[in-house]
Amino acid sequence: MTNKERIAGNVAGYVDDRTGAAKWLKKNLTKVFPDHWSFMLGEIALYSFIILLLSGTFLTFWFDPSQRDVIYNGSYAPLSHVQMSAAYASTLHISFDVRGGLLMRQIHHWAALIFMTAIVVHLLRVFFTGAFRKPREFNWLIGVGLLTLGIVEGFLGYSLPDDLLSGTGIRIAEAIIQAIPVVGSYLSFFAFGGPFPGHVFIPRIYMVHILLLPGIFLALITIHLMLVWYQKHTQYPGPGRTEKNVVGYPLMPVYMAKAGGFFFIVFGVTAFLGGVASINPIWLYGPYTPGQISAGSQPDWYMGWLDGLVRMSPPIETHAFGHTISWNILIPGLIIPGILFTGMALYPFIESWITGDKREHHLLDRPRNVPNRTALGIMSLTFMLISLINGGNDIIATHFHLTINGIMWFTRIGLFTIPPIAFVITKRICLSLQRADRDLVLHGRETGRLVMTPAGEFIEVHEPISAAKAWTLTQHLQDPALAIENVDEHGVRNPAGIKGRIRARWSVANAEQIPAATVTERKELEDGHH
Amino acid sequence: MNHEFEKFSDPGLPEHVHRNADVDPIAEKRAEQQVAILFVLSALGTILLIGSYIFIKPSSFIYLPVLGDTNTQQLLLGVGMAMSLFFIGMGAVQWARKLMSDTEVIAERHEFRSPDEDRADFVATVKEQAALADVGRRTLIKRSLGLALGLAGLSPLILLRDLGPLPKKEFDTTDWKKGTRLVTDPGDRPIKPSDLEVGAVAQVLPELSGGTVRSLENIGKDAVLLIRLRPEEFNLDTERLSWTHEGIIAFSKICSHMGCAVALYEQQTKHLLCPCHQSTFDVTRAAKVIFGPAARPLPQLAITIDADGYLVAQQPFTEPVGPSFWERSS
Repeated sequence: MTNKERIAGNVAGYVDDRTGAAKWLKKNLTKVFPDHWSFMLGEIALYSFIILLLSGTFLTFWFDPSQRDVIYNGSYAPLSHVQMSAAYASTLHISFDVRGGLLMRQIHHWAALIFMTAIVVHLLRVFFTGAFRKPREFNWLIGVGLLTLGIVEGFLGYSLPDDLLSGTGIRIAEAIIQAIPVVGSYLSFFAFGGPFPGHVFIPRIYMVHILLLPGIFLALITIHLMLVWYQKHTQYPGPGRTEKNVVGYPLMPVYMAKAGGFFFIVFGVTAFLGGVASINPIWLYGPYTPGQISAGSQPDWYMGWLDGLVRMSPPIETHAFGHTISWNILIPGLIIPGILFTGMALYPFIESWITGDKREHHLLDRPRNVPNRTALGIMSLTFMLISLINGGNDIIATHFHLTINGIMWFTRIGLFTIPPIAFVITKRICLSLQRADRDLVLHGRETGRLVMTPAGEFIEVHEPISAAKAWTLTQHLQDPALAIENVDEHGVRNPAGIKGRIRARWSVANAEQIPAATVTERKELEDGHH
Repeated sequence: MNHEFEKFSDPGLPEHVHRNADVDPIAEKRAEQQVAILFVLSALGTILLIGSYIFIKPSSFIYLPVLGDTNTQQLLLGVGMAMSLFFIGMGAVQWARKLMSDTEVIAERHEFRSPDEDRADFVATVKEQAALADVGRRTLIKRSLGLALGLAGLSPLILLRDLGPLPKKEFDTTDWKKGTRLVTDPGDRPIKPSDLEVGAVAQVLPELSGGTVRSLENIGKDAVLLIRLRPEEFNLDTERLSWTHEGIIAFSKICSHMGCAVALYEQQTKHLLCPCHQSTFDVTRAAKVIFGPAARPLPQLAITIDADGYLVAQQPFTEPVGPSFWERSS
């Protein structure tokens, strides 16, 4: 035994004597993880969270979360001797007088954008591959929670510098709070410590931004990862991969090196963006004052859809009995987002109710094999994209020489008409892809080689596909629709039938499939040919 | 559908194919060198970072195509840090891909559902333990506990009451009174009608009484936009027309939708546009909403001139300014 091995053995022995960790570690160090590029999306979110914690801690050393008035006398000449809040002045100080401060600010902001993007793309991956199905519904709920909190955390973060742009964002948030029926004005006064903008809002959201929400994030992410660990990762279908196994590489050393290395890659790319790509140049906006504004005011992208919905809302307010209800704020600002996020959170339970599927699933779906779900996902995504487009209508109008009114009307109408069209098209594409799969299995791959038969006829040579490929293309479950009785044994229609009818309709739509190719059919075809 | 048909069967894991570096010592050596080069690049990145922190002046700028004028130190710190981190990652990944075992391993899964007898045991245990505490029978205790917990839950809400004062009439009032002079923002100079040409726009605030300081809360309610048109361009009723002075009309600058500053004035069309949500107001028709999500016109401030010829408010705003709220009556 070498000296090194002896020392390592002693350390391990010391720890195990006190924790009994050896057995657990032995088992878990060789834990198997399946390999696929799409499994890195959640990792990116995790790593950007760590980058956010590190860069955010750096920023707290200099940032002064106070709305007290100061006169700026730092090195940025254009704002010299201007009255501003301490929060804005300290952000200028970080940007111009702390070495690496601007870099860290930009890394922090870029990491936040990457964090939100990674969460959304990861969520789409999980949705379209059906990874949320039993037994992973808890993790889906935690994920939706993280997405929601991420939007709030991002908004609070870019509001902290108290510049003209972010102050305008806070003003809009205040208007949403103020619009809540009955308690709105009270909530607004409590949040802002009096009339807007007051002197307490920035210090308060600072505490929420750097302590409360990161703490909740840390707890939720820990549970999220522990569940992934305990339930073992899902895997894509393929030869040798079943519902009963996990095929992949062991944690030590391959995943430690790959995942650990990937953290450094994500951090490196973020640092590069922070170094070369200017983001949120708050010194150009100036300090916040409610009487001014800059044209082209835009929130960060993950708030853009919300802003787009608010922009396209029709001007409806109700004035009755001495009270006002602002539907033009409540519907786009609270009601629609509430419905969307509640629907998203409940989707695993809705789908399982529709399909009656209570089995465990560890093999992922190929999106084409679940046309209804895929179409629903694309439909929701289209809805969000149209809202997002309208969130940038002023920028789009100036860049593409369109009128704001034209874009607004396009999105107002498109919001209701385009998503259903997207649903139908997606579903048709999925079914066509299923047909293509079936053809490929039955007829083989087109080789592009043309052969002339002795009779002078030209035919293209088809090569049979491999057994592995044929299995991958035909292994998926094709469950029939639920047989729901809406009529009882006496021929009387079930009075509580509307729920049942929705379930039956949806179940039938869900079960729409092109039958997967079978060996028997392929044989018949081959026998017919020869 | 297909149950009488024979389905394709799982051929099992494909045979493992060795990589070049597994069988060829030269390829293995090359892979090792590649990993080492990547780690060395990372070290160079860190040296660049340290060097630029110490030796480059924070105030030096460099012109780069696409990026424009860029702070040299921040740029090099970023590039150094990016190299330092990125190449550690690339090295580790390359190491894993080329040299660590790439044999796929199979682990078994087990259903999460506990065996039926364990589940039954669990239910039995819960019932047993609950029976020990007599939970089912002690209604008085349960109800009083519910009351206690419910009331205890209220205390955080009570304790948060001092977050802010009650709104009272704050949303309804501004600092504009009868005879308040309009002063420029910035500058705080009173204005005469002759200061504004036809087609001009100016932001004004109420003149402060001596010794008071203007806060952002005041500006958030008091900001007013003055616009001068030719009097015949107005399309107003007699009352609203009497609120203008020699073609000068004054509106609250705080958007009636969500409170942004309505700052974009299109001189040709005489429209005011809010940059936040594009609500568009027609100046000639008392800021009537002609497009966008705002549901109400911008409140108009009645103005006239005082004895010295300066513009003053005839009266306070006749309605609350800014976004709607529950207690608003119109």
